[in-house]
Amino acid sequence: MNQVVLEMEGIKKSFGATRALNGVKLTVRSHEIHALMGENGAGKSTLMKVLSGVYQPDAGIIKVDRQPIIISKPADARAAGISLIYQELSVATNLTVAENVFMGSEPRTKWGMADIAEMNRRTDEVLRTLDAPFSATTPAIKLSIAQQQQVEIARALIHKGRILIMDEPTAALSDRETDALFKIVRKLRDEGIAIIYISHRMAEVNALADCVTVLRDGGYVGELSREELDPGKIVQMMVGRPLGDFYQHKSRAAHGKVMLEVENVGGGKVRPAGFKVHAGEVLGLAGLVGAGRTELARLIFGADPRTSGRVLLDGKEVNIQEPLDAIKLAIGYLPEDRKGQGLFLQLSALTNTAMNTLKSNSSMGVLNHPALRKLTSDAINRLSIKVSGPDGIVGGLSGGNQQKVLLARWLEIKPKVLILDEPTRGVDVGAKAEIYHIINELAADGVAVVVISSELPEVIGICDRVVVMREGVITGECTGDDINQERIMTLATHDVRVAA
Amino acid sequence: MSTTGSATAPAAEQKKHGSVAGRAFERLGMLPVLIVMYALFYGLTLYFSADGTSNFATAANNMNILRQVAINLVLAAGMTFVILTAGIDLSVGSMLAVAAVLGMQMSLPDAVPWLALPAFILAGLACGLINGTMVAYFNINPFVVTLGTMTALRGAAYLLANGTTVLNSDIPSFDWLGNGDFLGIPWLVWVAAAVAVVSWFILRKTILGLHIYAVGGNPQAARLTGIKVTTVLLFVYAINGLFAGIAGAMSSSRLYAANGNWGVGYELDAIAAVVLGGTSLNGGVGSIWGTVIGALIIGVMNNGLTILGLSSFWQYVAKGVVIVLAVLLDKWRQQHNAAN
Repeated sequence: MNQVVLEMEGIKKSFGATRALNGVKLTVRSHEIHALMGENGAGKSTLMKVLSGVYQPDAGIIKVDRQPIIISKPADARAAGISLIYQELSVATNLTVAENVFMGSEPRTKWGMADIAEMNRRTDEVLRTLDAPFSATTPAIKLSIAQQQQVEIARALIHKGRILIMDEPTAALSDRETDALFKIVRKLRDEGIAIIYISHRMAEVNALADCVTVLRDGGYVGELSREELDPGKIVQMMVGRPLGDFYQHKSRAAHGKVMLEVENVGGGKVRPAGFKVHAGEVLGLAGLVGAGRTELARLIFGADPRTSGRVLLDGKEVNIQEPLDAIKLAIGYLPEDRKGQGLFLQLSALTNTAMNTLKSNSSMGVLNHPALRKLTSDAINRLSIKVSGPDGIVGGLSGGNQQKVLLARWLEIKPKVLILDEPTRGVDVGAKAEIYHIINELAADGVAVVVISSELPEVIGICDRVVVMREGVITGECTGDDINQERIMTLATHDVRVAA
Repeated sequence: MSTTGSATAPAAEQKKHGSVAGRAFERLGMLPVLIVMYALFYGLTLYFSADGTSNFATAANNMNILRQVAINLVLAAGMTFVILTAGIDLSVGSMLAVAAVLGMQMSLPDAVPWLALPAFILAGLACGLINGTMVAYFNINPFVVTLGTMTALRGAAYLLANGTTVLNSDIPSFDWLGNGDFLGIPWLVWVAAAVAVVSWFILRKTILGLHIYAVGGNPQAARLTGIKVTTVLLFVYAINGLFAGIAGAMSSSRLYAANGNWGVGYELDAIAAVVLGGTSLNGGVGSIWGTVIGALIIGVMNNGLTILGLSSFWQYVAKGVVIVLAVLLDKWRQQHNAAN
């Protein structure tokens, strides 16, 4: 049992003058879920890219089964049984599950054609061990994110992966899907596979990990065994200081007037729904992934056509046909998919930050560049965004800093109402705390804030009131002591026939 | 520059410390290629010349190159707008032909000669608006739309010219454009420079310019951030048509003629100049400065190969090879920048 299968020692990697890894070590055993933790920029991803052959280390030794090996390309890693499941899934939706699983290594018939029958048979075999609710011949386009992940896991198993690297596998999953994934991960562990599990979520690591390695600023901080595992201690190791009250939620002063009122708004899968948000209030919109929260937010914001209902801002009915109308009314919407729907990754921090406020910083359509630069520099300082300057390209930033750039864009419109869809998805602990701080400040300034989040501790931690949705319907509202995990989950799942 | 592949903080940090040479390379883009190519042709023409002088690197020939580049640069500037939105316009050659024929007909004595210049430009603009409407409002793939208009407008140009060539050597209202000088420099070159400057101004200094980059970079995000994506798309195809109209006036004026066959294949030179200049066909990345360099590279190559006496068949081969090699070099350069 529990033999050491992977040792990385003294791994160093520099990019020019920046030291991304400075003598990191990592020891992983079979039958072990090994959590790798650290803030963004701590070196987790770089270390895993070294392990999977994407980067070459400048120094250090990698041993598999106590034998030193050299991993100079991804194929070497695969040959050594190391499989990486990326944060962004790489499933080709135009192919079937089996075709995805065998992509690039299709078994051949004696005529040299791809052996579809063999592919399907072996894929189904693996899918059975994963308890997957779909089969080898299912078109991948029909799969949810969680199911696509299972396809990637199946791919790793087909290639005889013995060391499985999972990079934030639950970032896009609902709680239920997360539970299912955990079951799979534990099962693989019990079958002897070593799993390196990268996550920002303390609760997950607490529930899952047998062992934790913490990195900070490219350096090795320490390893904790199951017995030593303590969330407070891990956070302290990650950030190098105690964090204090994470959510910084203080009981807020009595809320002001009703700022946003949504009446019978419906369209698409959202059944007519309504709620109110007061000035200075943080309202949570909770529910499982796919409950219709994002869809409802998009209807309010004018991103999708509304078939019923009306929206009142500050007591007056407003006509929002497209996002521009909402923005003119000082209603902002931070989308859940910041790379796909929020940011312009090839463009500068300046362009990204100022995109909603170009009019007020220009005359006759000609930009006032000095004003835009100042606005961006101010935002960079105020939100402590780590970027080389206003001209820094946003695509090169870490998740937390990208999210702060996007937040900065919406803060620039001086919002009366700000809808934040999964504002802390895929950002590290430090940036999370900063985003909570920004939300609290917005509320203190009298902004009506709506937070859509799949992380219950977050909803409970920062919201004054929580509206719960299920299958496109608002099923209830929690206030005060009612805001707890059990109550919200009951409203979110009650009476639901669970979709596979 | 696309750095999305290495979206880590260290990579971003690194950019600051990149070597001076690296940063210069990043800023200058394909300019070094242009300079090397120019020097190469200078050397070759010197080597092969009978009297030991190069007839390539002379003031007169330099002016020749600029004059030859002018029309392609005007088309390429318009194409830059379109490609920045991740679109493409295959119909520029046909738009040029329609504009040229209509403009020349307007210049005939029994028409309204003084309206010829506006006729060129408005004809181009109208063609561009057709493309823009179909792409922006009917949401049809730009490749398909402009493949259609490329063919249809080509036919229209032949029909408008009645299958013949419209000739007129008495064009006082725009004779200057193709044949006149100002301060010793041909008007063709001045106009091309003006088009480049106007394009640069729109792209770099106006709200519309930022919106064009935004729509090309991420159309979904652009819409959610309140940009009128349809208006932006309509604009880029319209201005591309307008520039094609100007190019039509330039070529008609130079040759005192127009027919349905004008501008065949020009779209490819325009696209090549844009791509050579480092503008991404995926949209959102690129500059007019790059396009100017790209157009000059093509111009220098055409001119140099002709002076060397290479047959036009070999010129096609050379041009194709250089385009692919140059883009390969650019890709390597960007990856180098991203990794460091």
